Formats: sequence, structure tokens, C-alpha cells
Amino acid sequence: MRTALPRGGGAILLWIAKGGALFSAAAFALSLVVAAIIMLLAGFDPLEGYHALLIGSFGSWDNFATALGTATPLCFAGLSVSIGKRAGFFNIGVEGQLLSGALTAAIAGAYAPGLPAILHVPLCFGAAWIVGGLIGVLSVKLKQFMKVSELIITVMLNYVVAYTVELLVAEFFLNSAYVVRTPDIAGAARLAALIPFSRLTTGVFFAIAGIALLWWIYEKTRFGYEITAIGLNRRAAETGGINVNRGVGLAMFISGGLAALGGAVETMGVHGYYVANMVNGYGYDGLTIAIMGGGNPIGCALASIIFGALRAGSSNMNRTTSIPGEFISILQALVILFVSTPLLIRYFQAKLKKRPPTTPATPATPTTPAEAV
Amino acid sequence: MNEQILQQVGSLLAGTIRVFTPITFAAIASSFSARAGVVNMALDGIMLIGAFFAVFGSFLTGSAWLGLALGIFASVLIALFFAALTITFRCDQALAGLGINLLAKALTIVLLQAVWNTKGKSAIVNGIEMIRLDALKSVPLLGDMFSETSPLLIILLLSLICVYILFFKTVFGMRMQVTGENPAAARSLGIKVERAQYLCVMISGVFAALGGAYLSICDVNVFSRDMVAGRGFIGMAVSLFGANHPIGCLLGGLLFGFTQSLQYRLQGIGIPNQLIQMMPYVLTLVALVFSKRDTSALTENQL
Repeated sequence: MRTALPRGGGAILLWIAKGGALFSAAAFALSLVVAAIIMLLAGFDPLEGYHALLIGSFGSWDNFATALGTATPLCFAGLSVSIGKRAGFFNIGVEGQLLSGALTAAIAGAYAPGLPAILHVPLCFGAAWIVGGLIGVLSVKLKQFMKVSELIITVMLNYVVAYTVELLVAEFFLNSAYVVRTPDIAGAARLAALIPFSRLTTGVFFAIAGIALLWWIYEKTRFGYEITAIGLNRRAAETGGINVNRGVGLAMFISGGLAALGGAVETMGVHGYYVANMVNGYGYDGLTIAIMGGGNPIGCALASIIFGALRAGSSNMNRTTSIPGEFISILQALVILFVSTPLLIRYFQAKLKKRPPTTPATPATPTTPAEAV
Repeated sequence: MNEQILQQVGSLLAGTIRVFTPITFAAIASSFSARAGVVNMALDGIMLIGAFFAVFGSFLTGSAWLGLALGIFASVLIALFFAALTITFRCDQALAGLGINLLAKALTIVLLQAVWNTKGKSAIVNGIEMIRLDALKSVPLLGDMFSETSPLLIILLLSLICVYILFFKTVFGMRMQVTGENPAAARSLGIKVERAQYLCVMISGVFAALGGAYLSICDVNVFSRDMVAGRGFIGMAVSLFGANHPIGCLLGGLLFGFTQSLQYRLQGIGIPNQLIQMMPYVLTLVALVFSKRDTSALTENQL
């Protein structure tokens, strides 16, 4: 859904009232069905898979804590994509920004011993934010310079960041010969677990703060108004006297920073060090979450809980069934495709309502997909 | 001494060809749809599907050529899906591409699990046999490059010629150009814009499949997860670099292949491995900086 929300306090209610939430839910349901059909064709039992997913995420308090704990970095990733999208930049670089944040927090956490927690945690967060934010700004600058779709730029940049992180860890910060990881961070930089030995840490409060921050930016600030205008119509915003380059740059600094915090929370809460593959695919989850959340912070939060649950459930599915965990990636890809193709959903709706055959099934004249929401 | 240098250069050139072939297929695929005004953002995923089904077909039938046919068929289906989403249902090209790339990645892993009960690598299958030109073997340099030639390389060179003729010497090519540059004008001339775009995206799928299949059933004869690794995007960058022109694709592909092959040779002399693995992506970004700016088809209006 590419429509940005109208301003005003009731935007979230409006999103739900105008059917935005319902639309996302319908697209999600359709994805569940199509994913099940794909699994059937591949020779797996989808019901067994969905059962294992449910047990693994909501089956017990421990599992639910894992789901919420996994939702924490995903929420940051979703918020990150959301603010970029609002300013008209589709930030696929989240994956790289998460990774850079995870490593930066690990370095700041391990190599500044003796600081009290009240200073050490903000230091890690701040350092991660700056590195991630600068990568975000770099991708905007590259796009403005090359005038090429951000998809190519950010995908290439993701590879570059991933190898750079790997290189830095291997050359300078390697702690163990067996696992590619950095030294333990200081105790003062750790985020406490809310439920002992679970993934659910105080990081979840920072995610909630992130949601509040975006809500505040979107609803209460002039900057939020400006980037919304830029995202809706760049030229019109420019004519209206908005500094477009500054607006998009700042939005992407926040976007990259939020993504990096997602990585930092994972380092400081769950692992206590940076380890290879720790944010594997979180960025892509973030994209799906932002798309499903309809550019709305609360929507992002809800979607991130769904995807946290799917991830928690998928490790259970991996353990107890022969179905590979990549099943949820199929689901995720379908969610992206269905949510971002409103006309397809409308086509199905029309089919379900059994319209008279004289109505053309597909629109002959170009209509803007934005209308659908 | 001289002989050693010759040998080094020979293996450098042989490496160039191996990198060049799949990238150039991807570049042709990209320029085909870009000329008709559709940015094939799903190229990476379509190549991956082609690579997988080529191996799967070869595994089922024992014939690499039938495998290639299955790979092409599967890729064209996915390309058709992309075309339907973006042309008929007006989905954003970047979002559709993202979704399909993700779908292809996950689907191929799920299918690896379903067929070979592993998430890493398929079994080794029959590959497309190299054409041996023993007469060339004793010739320096040329022998290194072409004494064992993949049939797909020959197909690539032939298709470059065909694509050139199609783009610039036929009515179809001209119509394609108009469609891409100004769909409204094309429509007013009576060109069936949507149909032309569908056709071009599907042809783009054929070339993507050839590139993917080269990686799997020509190069290593197995499918391993995520084996395309961004080559679709690199191909897009090469076609952009070459202004969507077949000769540009050829030169861009050669340049890219040569630089990357050079980097592989550097692996022995103490440069960290990660730096070398990073190079193709850095190179792509650099190539984009130097490519023609007004590539309107690949630019989005948003920024």
C-alpha cells in the first residue's frame, strides 16, 4: 500500500476504518492458502507445518517470550523501512544496516570497559545509530548521484557491508578460532532478560520507544509532514519549498539508525557478542513488516509480532517436522506480492462476488493502485 | 619465464569467459525488458529458478539439454508471473522484484529439501558437455579460452548477433523502443503495448534461464542454495552500463569478467578473501557511477 496516511491524531484509526488493516489481513490469509498449496505440491504436509508454527510461537509462555523477543529486532527493521518509504526511498539496505549495528554495538560494548550501564548502553546505541545512519545516507546519496533504482544500489551495498563486517571481524576482532565471533561485551552494556534465558530482553522497551518516536515524527513534527509530502509527490514538495534532498537524507539517517538499533539490541540482549549470521534475513522481514503495516508504526508493531511468531515457530517446525524453515520465507514473499498488488486482491474479491461476466476481470485502463486503499 | 606469463594470462582469460557468460546473459535479459519499458527487477530470482530447474530436469531425465529446456520453461513461467503482476495488476516493479527474488530463494531451498533431502547442494547431475577443439589446444591464449567451449557460450554469441538485428533492424525492435520510451505514443500508433511488454519480459526470462543454467549445469553440475548471488542485479548494472545495447552488454560483460577473473588470481598473494569476494559488488556500483545518466527506463520517478 503506497498511500501515505492523512495527518492528524486519528490516522491509525482511519487506517483501520478505511480497510487498510483488513486488507493486510486478507492478503496475509491469501498468502497462507497459496503457501499451503505450494507446500502440498512440494510434497510436504502444510497442516503439520502450520501446527508446528503455532505450537512453536504460542504453545507456551516460553515460546511466546521467544516470539516477542524475536519480534524486537524485526520491529526496528520494520520501522526503519517504514520511515524510508514515507520519504519515498525503499530501503532494502536494512539487512546491511542491521549487520553494521550489531557489530558496532559489539565493539563499543567490548572495548570500553569500566563504564557504568547508564553510559555504556547509550554509547553502544549511539555508535550503532551513527554507523547505520551513515550507511542509510550513503545509499540515498548514491541514488541521487547515479539516478538508478535503489533496489540495485542497496542490494549491492548489502553485499559490500556483509563482506566488510566479515572482514573486520576476521582481521581485528576475532575471539575464537571455531566460531566467527567477537569478544564478550561488558556486563554494563548487556540488556537484561525479562524472562530468564529467553530472547525477551529490555530491548523490547526500546522498540516501543521507536514506535513512539515514529508516531511522534509522523503526527507532530514539521519534518514528518515534509517527508510525507516528499513521498507522495516529490516535485510538488519541491515546488512547495521543501528541501527534498535534506528531508530524504535525514529520513534515511533515521531509517538506517533504527535498523542498526535492531542489530544492537540483538547483540546486547540475546548474544552478548557479534556472531556470524546472527541477523540472517531480519532485514527482509523488516521490508515485509513495513509493507504489511501500511506505513503505520502501530501496524508495523503488529506485523512484527506476527513475523516474530513465524520465526519462533519455524525453529520448532525445523526440529519437529521434515519441513524446512524456509517455508516462512515463501509465506513472506507472498505477503509482499499480495499486499503490494491491491488490484490482485480486488480481482479475487470480484471473482468471489461472482460479478456478471461482462465486467472485465482486469482493468483495461491504467488505474492507480493507491486507490484501492 | 615467458611461458609462465603466457600460462598465467591464459588462465586469466579462461576465467574471464567463465564469469562473462552468465553475466552477459543476465545483461541481455535485462536490456530486453528495459527496452520495452519494464525493469525486470526479478531477474535474480528468475535466474535462480532457471538454475534449479535445469539441474532438476537433468536429474530427472539424465539429459542436460532437457534440463535446460525445463529450466527455460520454469523461468518463463516466473517471468510471466512478474509480467502479470507489474503490467496487468500494476504492482510496483521494485516490490514485485523483491517478492519474486525472495520467493525464488526460499522455493529453491524447499525444493532442494523435497528432492535431495538437503538444504545445501543437490546431487551431481549430467552437465552440458563442452565442445572440444583439439586443433586449438596448441595455440597459446586462444587455446586456453576456446579449446573447451561451452555450447552456451556459442548460444550467447549467436544471441548477441540476433538481438542486435532484432533491436535495430526490425519493425519489432522499433516498436519495442517506442513502447519503452513513450507507451502513450506507442498506443496511439496502434501498437499493443501490454502484449509487447509481456513478450519482452518472457524473452527476458529465457535469457535469464540460460544465464542461471550456465551457472548450474555448465559450470559445476550441481545446484547449491542461493548460487546466483546477486548476478541478476550485476547483469542489470552491466546492461545499464552498456545503455541496453547488445554491444554494450558484450563489452560490459567482458570488462566485468576480466576484472573479476583478475581478482581471483590475486587470491594467493595475501589479500583477504572477503575483500576479493566483495569486489564484484563494489565494481557494479562503480560501473553504475560511470554509466549513462539519462537511463530513464531504469530510473524511478520517486527520487
